[in-house]
Amino acid sequence: MQSCRLFGGSMGNKLVKLFAVWSALALTPAVAFAEYKLNLQTPNTALGHEIYDLHTDITWICVVIFVIVFGFMFYSIFKHRKSAGHQAAQFHHNTLVEVLWTAIPALILIAMAVPGTKALTHMRDTAEPDLTIKATGYQWKWGYDYIKGEGEGISFYSNLATPRAQIDGTDIAGRNANPHYLLEVDNVLVIPTGKKVRMLVTGADVIHAWWVPALAVKQDAIPGFIRDTWFKAEQPGIFRGQCAELCGKDHGFMPIVVEVKSPADYAKWVESQKDKIAKTKVADNPDKEWTLDELKARGEKVYAQNCVACHQATGMGVPNTFPALSGSKIVNGPKEGQIDRVLNGKPGTAMAPFKGQLSDTEIAAVITYTRNNWANKTGEAVTPADVKAGRSAKPAG
Amino acid sequence: MSTAAHDHGHSHDHGHDDHAHKPYGMMRWVKSTNHKDIGTMYLWFSFTMFLLGGCMALAIRTELFEPGLQILTPERFNSMITYHGLIMVFGAIMPAFVGFANWLIPMQIGAPDMAFPRMNNLSFWLLPPAALLLIAAQFVPGGGAGVGWTMYAPLSTQAGVAMDLTIFAVHILGMSSIMGSINIITTILNMRAPGMGMMKMPLFCWTWLITAYLLVAAMPVLAGAVTMTLTDRHFGTSFFNAAGGGDPVLYQHIFWFFGHPEVYIIAIPAFGVISQVIPAFSRKPLFGYASMVYATASIAILSFLVWAHHMYTVGMPVEAQLYFMYATTLIAVPTGVKVFNWVATMWRGSLTFETPMLFALGFLFLFTLGGFTGLVLSVVPVDVQLHDTYYVVAHFHYVMVAGALFSAFAGIYFWLPKWTGKMYNEKLGQIHFWLSLIFFNVAFFVQHFLGLAGMPRRVPDYSLQFAEFNMISSIGAWGFGLAQLLFLYIVVKCITSGEKALDKQWEGADSLEWTHLPSPPPYHSFVTPPIVK
Repeated sequence: MQSCRLFGGSMGNKLVKLFAVWSALALTPAVAFAEYKLNLQTPNTALGHEIYDLHTDITWICVVIFVIVFGFMFYSIFKHRKSAGHQAAQFHHNTLVEVLWTAIPALILIAMAVPGTKALTHMRDTAEPDLTIKATGYQWKWGYDYIKGEGEGISFYSNLATPRAQIDGTDIAGRNANPHYLLEVDNVLVIPTGKKVRMLVTGADVIHAWWVPALAVKQDAIPGFIRDTWFKAEQPGIFRGQCAELCGKDHGFMPIVVEVKSPADYAKWVESQKDKIAKTKVADNPDKEWTLDELKARGEKVYAQNCVACHQATGMGVPNTFPALSGSKIVNGPKEGQIDRVLNGKPGTAMAPFKGQLSDTEIAAVITYTRNNWANKTGEAVTPADVKAGRSAKPAG
Repeated sequence: MSTAAHDHGHSHDHGHDDHAHKPYGMMRWVKSTNHKDIGTMYLWFSFTMFLLGGCMALAIRTELFEPGLQILTPERFNSMITYHGLIMVFGAIMPAFVGFANWLIPMQIGAPDMAFPRMNNLSFWLLPPAALLLIAAQFVPGGGAGVGWTMYAPLSTQAGVAMDLTIFAVHILGMSSIMGSINIITTILNMRAPGMGMMKMPLFCWTWLITAYLLVAAMPVLAGAVTMTLTDRHFGTSFFNAAGGGDPVLYQHIFWFFGHPEVYIIAIPAFGVISQVIPAFSRKPLFGYASMVYATASIAILSFLVWAHHMYTVGMPVEAQLYFMYATTLIAVPTGVKVFNWVATMWRGSLTFETPMLFALGFLFLFTLGGFTGLVLSVVPVDVQLHDTYYVVAHFHYVMVAGALFSAFAGIYFWLPKWTGKMYNEKLGQIHFWLSLIFFNVAFFVQHFLGLAGMPRRVPDYSLQFAEFNMISSIGAWGFGLAQLLFLYIVVKCITSGEKALDKQWEGADSLEWTHLPSPPPYHSFVTPPIVK
């Protein structure tokens, strides 16, 4: 690829900065350019470098053509004006010129298509991965399952970690002091350097897109289908991206954070995760005797991760869009009805089925929490065994 | 609005056998079958929608002025981007060019009126109910549908009742466009004056003939896509639902099979206007007339073969991606021919720079810039980084605003003296141009950098690294929006108290409406066909 390069990367940066001066400087004279990001993010994969250079080359080709064509136009504007006494010539075609300006652009396009084709075939080669991870887009969070390779079996959800108060403006100072505002999550995706990671991407409800600019990957997450993409990170570090396909209310609030670790650190992380899974298994043991308070405490955490975006912390939902749970007929009605709704969702709405996402204990806990919170005072504990029974019942549809 | 545009139909009597048995007052407009009255209504409707869609754009840019949520909830924000797009594309730009077609085609080919005057009336009067549906969608329970103007399934099957209103609005708009197109095709093919061969028609008529065929072919596809969404929503079908054997990506294929020709439905009439304006102010015939016609037809045909370049990230087979990449870059060839021809038309001309020419040059310069960013986006691996970012937002606003809208402004200033018989204020027109040019670039040029640095589109909030450019962009958007009020003032002032315009206001204009008709033209343009040599 390097041999195809027409212009150096630093030239590309200068060019882009020149444009920035042209457009931005006029408005804000005291701009400190170091603060402005004017080009693609610094890539952390070989493919990313290839794309970065391809973009620079094509942009330069466009600039050269642009300058030539509009050089003619501006020459004409200054020299061939009536006020300068210029008389109009009356020619209206020239076959040779017309053939040339059809053929030359066609040749330039072919020259551009060669590196484009090369990078594309490189990009789509997902064969022989070292590690396979499935990313599932939910409204509005990401779920990750380590399918194959070191760390197989690890599985978690990744939610926005920025406090709501910073977003809605009650904590502006906190927002201004937060360098990762909207680009931080509770559980980051961890991967090792130098390993080919194949991402299987799908959606649970609507279309999302899994995008990390520095890793040069963007793949739509399409419900009912699994697509794949890959990357091989070069350097350790933390890389941030966002959902790139409009997916409803909180589309702007489901970031992706990837932490790239050295293989040794990655192995340590895998161990710690396996420990955590074992501990949760013990803590969430569905066969143990759960008290109402234990379930409520566990349920509050589940609610904060899975339900709060729509039904809100107040349990009041959003009028006409997301129903209130506080005072809801379903929540205050027979428990089977609510278990069915949480397990199977409500088709055609944003209420997703949670049977694949949450364990019996988690569902029992969150249902117990909602039935004994806000205006709801059923005093009733729903046990993991109730949920298990609900799983084998026929969905109410 | 009716008073403002009132006098050009009947203020002028020139001894033609004028079949002007027209009702007066409101009924003149409601029942009108006259191409000029209908053209006027299209243009005023379009400007009203332009202001409405513009207010939505300003709501969006105000929300994005700084990080955090200030004036819009995320749901309302999504609804604003949806209806801003739909209203600007279907309510503002498309009707504006249909307005031009109505006014100009009969005059330019030497005909008395359009071929189907009553259908012409219906095609216009379908627009206000569609607009009302789009506006009503904002006020139903749950608010407007936050699905984007592309209305991708399954987000659109999940949306509230506003989605149904939107679907019906799209159906009605589609019917209106198809009827308008049938009218234009029939008029151009059958009603040319003797001697007006196809290759003698002004290029504006050629571009509209080609556009009308695009509309007839593309609009039913959109109607199909939204009808399938409707049945998925209410009648238990699963076209776009994998759980029922459907495929969400199917919607995108169908939508963009309409959506890419739609881009050219907007751009090609704009090319037509520019091809009239540049020769007139260069005092020189259009360079390469025949190659312009062939280039336009090539662009139209290619536009049906490249739809999936809007879908590079859905995970198509690599062979399909290669095909769509090559086919897309190919469009640069005929588009390049057009740009070269316009520059060659100016070359060694005798140029003056009245407002229409300024807007035409603004179009040429900025549309080409938007074309180049389109070329960057056509290369799949690069597009994968830029898809659904602000780079794309910048790209299509260069093509749609600096392209189509600037060309519409050029056309309005060019033909306003002909239509009204009065002259606009040249100085104010030039101020309108410079304000539009500067603020447009302030608003949109910086968005290229936002996209490159990784800001996704359609988000109501963003991280702090994007704050400065968003603030600059919002200032530009407000400046651009306010500058359009000056345009309204210029047009109203021209109609009410402009100086008398000449029959051939522009020295270099040479089509029939300038050479054979007074300003303003009689109610029925040509009762006896002119002789075209």
